[in-house]
Amino acid sequence: MSQTITQKLMLFFPKCECEKPIIYHLVKDYDLIVNVYRAKVTPEEEGYLVLDVTGTEEDIERAMDFVRTFNVTVNYTGKGVTWDERRCTHCGQCLAHCPSGALHLADPATRQVGYDESECIECLACIRICPFGTCASAF
Amino acid sequence: MKTYAQINDRIASGKAVVLTADEIMDYVDKKGLAAAAQEVDVVTTATFGPMCSSGCFLNFGHSKPKIRMSEAWVEDVLVYAGVAAVDVYLGATQLRHGDPANMYYPGEFRYGGGHVIEDLVAGKTLQLFALSYGTDEYPRREIRTYFTIRDLNQAIMVNPRNCYQNYNVAINDSERPLYTYLGVLEPRRKNATYCSAGQLSPLLNDPYYETIGVGTRVWLAGAQGHVYAEGTQHAGACERTPAGVPKEGAGTLALTGDMKRMRPEFVRGVSLRGYGVSLALGIGVPIPILNEQVLQRTCVRDRDILAPVIDYSRDYPEKTGRVITYVTYEQLRRGQIEIEGKKVAVGSLSSYYKALEIAHLLADEIRRGEFLVSSPIAPLPRDGKMKPLVIREKP
Repeated sequence: MSQTITQKLMLFFPKCECEKPIIYHLVKDYDLIVNVYRAKVTPEEEGYLVLDVTGTEEDIERAMDFVRTFNVTVNYTGKGVTWDERRCTHCGQCLAHCPSGALHLADPATRQVGYDESECIECLACIRICPFGTCASAF
Repeated sequence: MKTYAQINDRIASGKAVVLTADEIMDYVDKKGLAAAAQEVDVVTTATFGPMCSSGCFLNFGHSKPKIRMSEAWVEDVLVYAGVAAVDVYLGATQLRHGDPANMYYPGEFRYGGGHVIEDLVAGKTLQLFALSYGTDEYPRREIRTYFTIRDLNQAIMVNPRNCYQNYNVAINDSERPLYTYLGVLEPRRKNATYCSAGQLSPLLNDPYYETIGVGTRVWLAGAQGHVYAEGTQHAGACERTPAGVPKEGAGTLALTGDMKRMRPEFVRGVSLRGYGVSLALGIGVPIPILNEQVLQRTCVRDRDILAPVIDYSRDYPEKTGRVITYVTYEQLRRGQIEIEGKKVAVGSLSSYYKALEIAHLLADEIRRGEFLVSSPIAPLPRDGKMKPLVIREKP
């Protein structure tokens, strides 16, 4: 049996009438463990879904093929929250507020701040906190 | 013993020995104080953080026909026009026209004076709108035009208060979040914020103002500016450690410099939720090593500098004067402090990373002979405390 992996994904739903219970099918038909961080799926509007899926690589690929049949765009780098390095001043204000350590002290000697996207749970605390507008949300 | 002139001769000949304030301690430990004082000419200090008491004078030149601006806005941010016809002062904390401020609490304050200053230095095209009552020699009543910093006759930064010598560590003892100029403070002491470059900070490396005074040349966001006065709220007579390091705000500097020579990465607008807008600035100050004592003072380390922990839910706004405890910058930089047995996560508003970068940039400029040190024309006062504003009945 092939190894299970966890993949962070962002699904973009164009303005569509997709009323299928997609998450149900991911679990039921493709045997995936789903952890939804954030979702905005409103009928008649563009929608977003940021989630972790855990399963075999093949199952994840088959599941994404299924998802794409609804005209959904699958973004494997999960960019629900973006961090603009050019705007960051490395003040460290975010460090006390980021619960997952995605925003972290990359170099203790220079106190450079780094962002590890795979650790981000999309709580959006950084967007509220950052005085320099470094962090932004795709939706 | 060295004089300013001797140090400048060495700088001009490209032979000056320059170290940053975070390198000097180990150097002195290795070489010994006396030998190091002979060798080292300059120690560079720096800071980068929000400095609300900042702003700039702009001169637009005259339109045809002329206008005597009585009210003016740049990018819809009100500027002070109560000076000469086409001079204005743009303040860092001014909100943009129509900003709901804290009407929908906590306000976002996305754009204001500090951001206009950032955009100006970045060379962006900005809108000027001004009104006038009209006079015989200045007949125009209204003007709307677009300009960049290159179109201005002068863009001179004039900051009444920068470089606070030391600063509070803010925490929140209440049951609700607080939105302050030191960032968001979660309830029940969940987090703390400090705002100082600590061992790199200019006035912590010259605690008795022995070399930094009125007239000192400084690196102001890349331009060569200078100290034009003691900063507002300067209070040299503060509580100090036995080594002389202030345990509270203490000294400040009033700085000025030519914005046309500034670098945009060191002039940044700041949005503080629920509080307002401000400006973060990068400042470097060279300390000429005149003697052993001056050198000794630049060897201050984060572990030697104490900052007062203040409750911003009650003690700060009510001005009670209570200090919960003191912590060192070494403790703060670990990212967690312990206050009365509780572990508190720590964040900073001052960027040590940028301060370090500035200290190195300034050191390089001095080594290349491009930045000379200057003897103050007047010292900063060591006495004097901060006066309160007394609310009185009309006499």
